[in-house]
Amino acid sequence: MITVAVRVQHEDFDVGRELAELRASNPRVGAVASFVGIVRDLNDATEIRTLTLEHYPGMTEKALNGIVDEAMKRWDLYDVLVIHRVGELKPTDQIVLVAVTSAHRGEAFSACEFIMDYLKTKAPFWKKEMTPDGERWVEGRSSDDEAAARW
Amino acid sequence: MVRLVYLARLRDVFGTGTENVDLPRDVSNVTALLDWLSKRGDAWKKELASGRAIRVAVNHDIAGPETPIRSGDEVALFPPVTGG
Repeated sequence: MITVAVRVQHEDFDVGRELAELRASNPRVGAVASFVGIVRDLNDATEIRTLTLEHYPGMTEKALNGIVDEAMKRWDLYDVLVIHRVGELKPTDQIVLVAVTSAHRGEAFSACEFIMDYLKTKAPFWKKEMTPDGERWVEGRSSDDEAAARW
Repeated sequence: MVRLVYLARLRDVFGTGTENVDLPRDVSNVTALLDWLSKRGDAWKKELASGRAIRVAVNHDIAGPETPIRSGDEVALFPPVTGG
């Protein structure tokens, strides 16, 4: 069975279980590529106590599905899963999972990186950091725009 | 009537997350809307001045300067995204 799914949720996720379920019962899958984003305890030389993820309900799912559709047009994939957490997170917490399956590694690696690069610049999520000096919104990075423009 | 949605930093700065407004007849696209809102005061002018990195979505799709705005639309204003 082919899975193409996008989930926006507060709850944590189990990467091992998600990857096992994604490729289950499809003997044609020869490659699974995945990316997990993690909350760091330091950003721009400042200690991060918590990280709050906000999104734009309604648009978020539409934007993520659009990115996944584009990846499936460009590469020969079987399954795609994107999970993005929202709400208050702390250092070492998982933020995001992107996983794709394909017959061969090249397609899987490229599609996984493409989805992540597009997500960083096109999906409506915003991060607010709690630091010892108070709250601050994270600013967009031009290096993320450059990463997305490669594709 | 148009529903305006402010997200992330813009919601904090403007002090509101959503509002319903009746736009003047000549405010019919994204550029005109930003000009119109920037006349509300210093905070609005500062955030929405041309050159600031503000993104706009009309009915949940990313919009450009010329994207039309019609009665019944939901128009969201937000800073560049920072997820992932």
